[in-house]
Amino acid sequence: MEVATAPATANTTQPIMNITGSEVVIRSLLAEGASTVFGYPGGAIMPIYDALYDFNDQLQHILVRHEQGAIHAAQGFARTSGKTGVVFATSGPGATNLVTGLADAMIDSTPVVCITGQVFAHLLGTDAFQETDVINITAPVTKWNYQVTDASEISEVIAKAFYIAGSGRPGPVLVDITKNAQVQKIDFAGHTPCKHIRSYRPKPQVRSEFVEAAAKLINEAERPYILFGQGVILGNAEAEFKAFVEKSGIPAAWTLLGLSALPTNHPLNVGMLGMHGNYGPNVLTNECDVLIAIGMRFDDRVTGRLDKYAKQAKIIHLDIDPAEIDKNVKATVPVWGDCKETLPLLTNLVAQKQHTAWVQRFRDMAEEEHKVVIQDECNPQSGEMTMGEVINLLNKLTNGNAVIVTDVGQHQMVACRYATFNQSRSNVTSGGLGTMGFALPAAIGAKYGAPNRPVVAVIGDGGFQMTIQELGTIMQFGADVKIIILNNNFLGMVRQWQELFLEKRYSFVDITSPDFVQVAKGYYIDGQRITDRSNLETGLQTMLNHKGSYLLEVMVAKENNVFPMVPQGCGVAEIRLK
Amino acid sequence: MKQSFAQAFMYSPNSGSASIKEEYTITVYTENHIGLLTRISIIFSRRKINIESLNTSPSEIPGIHRFNIVIHETEDVVKKLVRQIEKQVEVLKAYYNTNDEIIWQEMALYKVPTSEIAAKAKVERLLRQYGARAVVIRNDYTVFETTGHREETDQLIEVLAPFGLIEFVRSARVAIIKASAGFHEKLREFEQAEPGEEVIENEYLDKQQEVFSM
Ligand SMILES: Cc1ncc(C[n+]2csc(CCOP(=O)(O)OP(=O)(O)O)c2C)c(N)n1
Ligand SMILES: [Mg+2]
Repeated sequence: MEVATAPATANTTQPIMNITGSEVVIRSLLAEGASTVFGYPGGAIMPIYDALYDFNDQLQHILVRHEQGAIHAAQGFARTSGKTGVVFATSGPGATNLVTGLADAMIDSTPVVCITGQVFAHLLGTDAFQETDVINITAPVTKWNYQVTDASEISEVIAKAFYIAGSGRPGPVLVDITKNAQVQKIDFAGHTPCKHIRSYRPKPQVRSEFVEAAAKLINEAERPYILFGQGVILGNAEAEFKAFVEKSGIPAAWTLLGLSALPTNHPLNVGMLGMHGNYGPNVLTNECDVLIAIGMRFDDRVTGRLDKYAKQAKIIHLDIDPAEIDKNVKATVPVWGDCKETLPLLTNLVAQKQHTAWVQRFRDMAEEEHKVVIQDECNPQSGEMTMGEVINLLNKLTNGNAVIVTDVGQHQMVACRYATFNQSRSNVTSGGLGTMGFALPAAIGAKYGAPNRPVVAVIGDGGFQMTIQELGTIMQFGADVKIIILNNNFLGMVRQWQELFLEKRYSFVDITSPDFVQVAKGYYIDGQRITDRSNLETGLQTMLNHKGSYLLEVMVAKENNVFPMVPQGCGVAEIRLK
Repeated sequence: MKQSFAQAFMYSPNSGSASIKEEYTITVYTENHIGLLTRISIIFSRRKINIESLNTSPSEIPGIHRFNIVIHETEDVVKKLVRQIEKQVEVLKAYYNTNDEIIWQEMALYKVPTSEIAAKAKVERLLRQYGARAVVIRNDYTVFETTGHREETDQLIEVLAPFGLIEFVRSARVAIIKASAGFHEKLREFEQAEPGEEVIENEYLDKQQEVFSM
C-alpha cells in the first residue's frame, strides 16, 4: 500500500519546535500524507480540534452528523483512493459510535486510522465523564490499537498506526489519546514514518517452490477456474491479475469485494460468486478441476455449504494473510504472499492457453440465467419497475465510469450483479459485515477519495433511514453524491427470506418511509420521485446532469425476489434460478 | 427449497470431522504490550474455546514475553488459533506442541491444619512420597508446595483431604519445548527490515508432505 512504501520524509533538518501534543497529531497526519479527516468534536478531543483550527487550509475536515458516518466516510475514501482514511472522534459516546465502522473495516480489510480523545490519564478508571474503555471495546475490531498518555509518544504511534493500517492485509487502527497528552507541550523534531516493526511481518516471503507447484497444477488442468477477491485491488495488482488471466485463458469470477478489479466486459470475466451470484460461476465451481483463489477468503456467502464445495478440485490459494490459508477451504497449494509479487511469477510459468470449450460452459449457463432471470429483471416491458432495470439504465448513462456505492439488502445484490465497471476501485459496498446505513456516508467519503469521478449511491428505503442524517454533511460541504433510493417499501432482503423459508410470515419487515424527496429538500438537496417507467431514464439523466448532490427515489416492485439464490445450508451447485 | 429453516441454520461444517481433541500447549513470544493479553485471550473466547491454563512470564530474552496457553482441542483448531495469534501485531511467533513434545510443570500449594499433621505421622511420609515440602509452618496451619504434572498435584489433594485441607491453589503450566533452540536467533532476524533467506517464516510450508495433498 502507498503508505507503507512511501519514501521516508524524516524532517531531521527541521528546527525543533516546542508544541502541544495536539499540534503533533496534526503535523504527523500531514506528514503521513493525510489530506482529509472525517470527524466530530467533543470535550475530550477539543485540544486536537483547536490545533486543527490553524491547519484548516492543509487538512480538510468534514464534519459528519454521527461518528458512524465519519468512519464509513473514511472507509469510502480509502476504497476509492487507495489511501488510509482518517477519523476524529471524542471519548465515550463518540468513540463507541465508531464500533460498527471499525468492525466493517476489519472484516473488509479497509485501511482506516481513528484518533479518539480520552479523559485525562489521571482519571482513567474513575468512571469520569465520557470515559469508556475504548481500547478494550475496540480490540476485537481493530488490527491494532493503542492508548497514548504522554505527548512524546504521539508521533511514533501515529507512524505505526499508518504503517499497520495500510500494509499487509490492511485494516482499521485506533489511537486513543488522553487529554493531558493533547495539551502537553513537547519538543518536536518532525515526524518519521514507520517502515518496520520487528514483531510484525506484513508480507510472508514468497516461496518459489509453491509458485512452481501452482503453475504445474494450472498447466495440467483441463478446467481451471479463477476466483478473485479484494486482495487484487488492495494489492494494486489489477494489471498483474489481468495479465495472468489473459495468458492462462482461465475464466474468472469475482467475490462481492473483488468486483471491478477486472472490467465487466472482459471476455474472461464470467461473473459473480456466492449466494446471489451468477448461475455458471456457482455451479461450475463444483465441476472445475483446479480452483485458483486470489485474494479472497472463502466467506460462507461465497462457498455455501463447505462439505459440498469444490470437493473435486485441487485448490490453489494466493493470499497475503497466512491465517486465511486452510481456514475454510484446505489448499492443495498455498501461495502465500502479496499477489502483486506472486501473480507475475505465476504468469511467467503458466502456459499460454485458451480453454474455449470450458469458457463456453460459462457462456451457456449465462444464457440460461439471462433467459430465466436477467431478461425480466433488467428489461421488463410491463408491470412494476424493477431494481435491475434502474441499474441497467444507469449503466447505459454512465458507461461503466461511475463509482457505485451500495447499502445492504436486495438492492445491493441487484446493483452488484448488474452494474458494469470499466475501472478498478469503482464498487464500494459493505461485504463482510453487511452494515445497513453504510452507503450514504461511504459515498460521501468515496467522492472525496475520487473527486473527479461520478459517485452514485444505491440505497434501500430501510438502510437510507439508518444514516439519513448524513444528508446534513452533504448540505454543509457540498459533496457531489448522487443518491438513488430503490424503494420497495420493505426491508426487502429479510422479507425475501420470510417469503421463501418462513411461509410469508412477514414479521416487522413492512417499513414506512418519510417523503424522501421532501426530506432531501429540507437539506437543500434537489430530487424527485419516479413512479412510472416512462420517466425513469430522464429522471436518471437529470440526476446525473445535476450540479451537486441529487436524490432520485424510484418506486420499485414491493415483492420481487433476488435470484439466483444458493439457499443457506446448500451447496453452490444447488443454486436456484427461481 | 424444501429444506427447513432450522436445518439450514444448524448445519455445522465441523460436525462429523474425525479429528480428535487432545491437550496442546501453545507458546507465544511477544512484545511487552499492555492490552496484548486481552487480544490473545479474545481469540479463544470469541470461538468459545476454554483456556485450561495461561501463564505469562519473561523469556530467555530481556523485554520479550512468553505466554504458555493450554487448551484441549483438535490439531486443526489449534493450528488456526496459532495463526490468528501470530497475526497480532505485537506477537513475534507462536508455536503449538503436544505433551510429548514439551517438558512441563505446574506448582501447587496446600494449606493444612498443623494440629492434624503433627498428630499423624503418616502425613509426613505421604508428603515425602509426593515430593512436597513445607513452605511455612505455623501453629495454626502449614503450607506445602509441590511441583509436577497435573495428576501428581491432583493426587495430593485427595491424599490431604482427610486431614482437613483448608486451601489449595495450582499455578498455570509452564513449558519448555524439547526441540526448541530458543528465540535469540529468530529475534535477530525479526529485527532486520529485510529478513535473510534462512528465516523461515512459513514454517508450515516446510512440512511439504503435509501441505501438498496432490
Ligand atoms: C445494521 C443492520 N441491521 C439489520 C440488518 C439485517 N438486514 C439485512 S438486509 C435488510 C433489509 C434491508 O432493507 P432495505 O434497506 O429496504 O433494502 P432492500 O433489501 O429492501 O433492498 C436487513 C434488515 C443489517 N444487514 N444491518
Ligand atoms: Mg427496501
